[in-house]
Amino acid sequence: MSSLEARRGGLYARRPDIFPKAVDGFFRRLKWAIMVVTLTIYYATPWLRWNRGPYAPDQAVLVDLAHRRFYFFSIEIWPHEFYYVAGLLVMAGVGLFLITSTVGRAWCGYACPQTVWTDLFLHVERFVEGDRNAQLKLKRGPWSVAKVVRKVVKHGIWLAIAMATGGAWIFYFADAPALARQFLAGHAAPVAYATVGILTATTYVLAGWMREQVCNYMCPWPRIQGAMLDERSLIVTYKDWRGEPRSHGIKKAGEFGDCVDCLACVQVCPAGIDIRNGPQMECITCALCIDACDQVMEKLGRPRGLIDYATLEDCEAEAGGRPPVPVMRTLLRSRTLIYFGLWAVVGSAMALSLGQRTRLDLSVAQERNPLWTRLSNGDVRNAYSIHVRNMEERPRTVRLAIEGLPAATMWDSLGSEKAAASSLTFTVGPDQVERRRIYVRGPETGPDHYSLSVAALDQEHSTAAKTVRFERPEEGQ
Amino acid sequence: MAEQQKPTPEAKVETTSHEWDGIKELDTPLPRWWLWCFYACILFAIGYCVAYPAIPLAHRATAGVLNWTSHGQLAAEQAKVEAGRAGMRLAIANTPIERIPPNSALMQSAVEGGRAAFKVNCVQCHGTGASGRKGFPNLTDDDWLWGGDVKTIRQTLEHGVRQPGDKQTRMSQMPAFGRDGILTADQIQDAVSYVRYISHQEPASISARRGSEVFAANCAACHGAQGKGNRQLGAPNLTDAIWLYGGDRDTITETVTNARYGVMPAWGKKLDRASLNMLAAYVHSLGGGE
Repeated sequence: MSSLEARRGGLYARRPDIFPKAVDGFFRRLKWAIMVVTLTIYYATPWLRWNRGPYAPDQAVLVDLAHRRFYFFSIEIWPHEFYYVAGLLVMAGVGLFLITSTVGRAWCGYACPQTVWTDLFLHVERFVEGDRNAQLKLKRGPWSVAKVVRKVVKHGIWLAIAMATGGAWIFYFADAPALARQFLAGHAAPVAYATVGILTATTYVLAGWMREQVCNYMCPWPRIQGAMLDERSLIVTYKDWRGEPRSHGIKKAGEFGDCVDCLACVQVCPAGIDIRNGPQMECITCALCIDACDQVMEKLGRPRGLIDYATLEDCEAEAGGRPPVPVMRTLLRSRTLIYFGLWAVVGSAMALSLGQRTRLDLSVAQERNPLWTRLSNGDVRNAYSIHVRNMEERPRTVRLAIEGLPAATMWDSLGSEKAAASSLTFTVGPDQVERRRIYVRGPETGPDHYSLSVAALDQEHSTAAKTVRFERPEEGQ
Repeated sequence: MAEQQKPTPEAKVETTSHEWDGIKELDTPLPRWWLWCFYACILFAIGYCVAYPAIPLAHRATAGVLNWTSHGQLAAEQAKVEAGRAGMRLAIANTPIERIPPNSALMQSAVEGGRAAFKVNCVQCHGTGASGRKGFPNLTDDDWLWGGDVKTIRQTLEHGVRQPGDKQTRMSQMPAFGRDGILTADQIQDAVSYVRYISHQEPASISARRGSEVFAANCAACHGAQGKGNRQLGAPNLTDAIWLYGGDRDTITETVTNARYGVMPAWGKKLDRASLNMLAAYVHSLGGGE
């Protein structure tokens, strides 16, 4: 029954038919709960509102590509702060390592979108076509009106879910209520329709038709995890020392193990494998075979856990009659501690810098062509391009000032030298960058470095400063 | 971990019969849908070759039924950009130059357009930073031969400097005092001493005192009694720190002896009104505009 077995012979193998049987149990309920939580987060998040005042969107989570802003509740990320996103990606990567080395492929089994949507599609399939046996019967049976109706209904529901999935995605990139109205009225941007179309197609194909093929052939993660797992990682394991030899329903105590070869574990497997063959690349550790086997063991009056979450080390210890390694020792080993340390360092560094970042920033680029201009009275003038970023969601008046360059004055290209002074006051729009070209005039001799500072007039601690050069002609120039 | 897996999956899949250190290489068949993906790629490639330039021939590739070229795409995109700019260009062309700087939207466009036009037409003499070099004025400073307000700059641009046949061209004719025998070499040295004295480059001297008389008789008519120049005549200010050719003794001597006749094309003949206005706005924005 293994998918590998089905592919025997020939250069190409068709996808084996898999009709996973419905099962109930602890892990099935856990999967239900996680599915509800993750799908709710996915579909509902764009509709959450968050008041940011009159100058910023009120959507709680919004990736505003047109204006290059990312809003996440009270946090707003500007493009130059993309390192927060990079940090999140590093945390996600290290987090996957951490999870894998402690509880195995928990991501694959419970939280991966491919798993969640495939699971949802399987439920739809069972709802329309019945459980495993009914599905098998329907497949073998001739085409009839009833069969066509069932297929049409199933694919119709799949497509509707796929479309909702694609539809929800675009709401993260624009104001959800407005976009929903535009979308339904046919006025949304072509890219919105294209995105929905592509995501509808991928959801329908990947969750409806490809399913475990995605994990086996497209996803790199199972291959990486093959290298990540060790004998102390939690995996779904068949305890062969307890189950073998299989009894095939014959009850002769002493000669046979606990496995009655009922194939319940194989029938519920969404990956179409036989867990009793040992750890396999195809196993996403969804643990449904544990639920299935536990039910059988309970009926037979034998202890649960013939198939169970266990480390290979524990299995060996149990088989040899030794006590299993304590869970804490499994979790707290140098490898997991290092992963956790890395994860925590990146996370706390980000949290710290997020808490301390100022929402006023100044960058100064010195004009280098020409570096300096000699003026008719012998003074020297330098020019700079400045960007003042007001990263708060309200307009602010700021003062740009020269510090440490005596007798220097400045003005900007919007004003004239007649208004030159040692500081310049102007207003920066809400959540905007003010770009100006400024001129600084100074005497022929003096310090060659000074400081340009910008301060928000309405806040005491909102300041930024940059040390800049004041270039002068060299001797004889 | 090895004794754990008694019934191994590889028992059911053919191997390539390659084996390294007890590890066997499975000969797992390719999934058929993967094959379909290859076929789909081939179909796409055929369609692409029909639609787009693809097959190289002796001189150029097959054109493709869409007749697409990268040059054509560029031209179309540029035409689109030009069309988008047309309105602003027209507004800049039709606005009197002195009304452009107060209009910040117009001014911004004009300065950006002027920056581009400057790179094409002006950098050869004035330099990419507009800071000039010996004989070619620095356009970023506050010293102007003919005046630094935007209207005057526009006038200088349109009619050029010393352009024969253009009645409004900037024309100043300093005599070649030495070459034409108007002044003797000694008188020139005295005048130079005086000029270097009033520009604070040399202390007062007997030569400079003699030079002041030479200056009053020969130079003050254009450069003014104090040597502060005269923009009506294009006569430079001799008392400031800025020298078009150089303020050292040898260079001033050379200037007084042979005179200097810098030229600039009359850009009105080559550029349209919009470009002239843009260039004037750009030059005015460089820091020295009055």
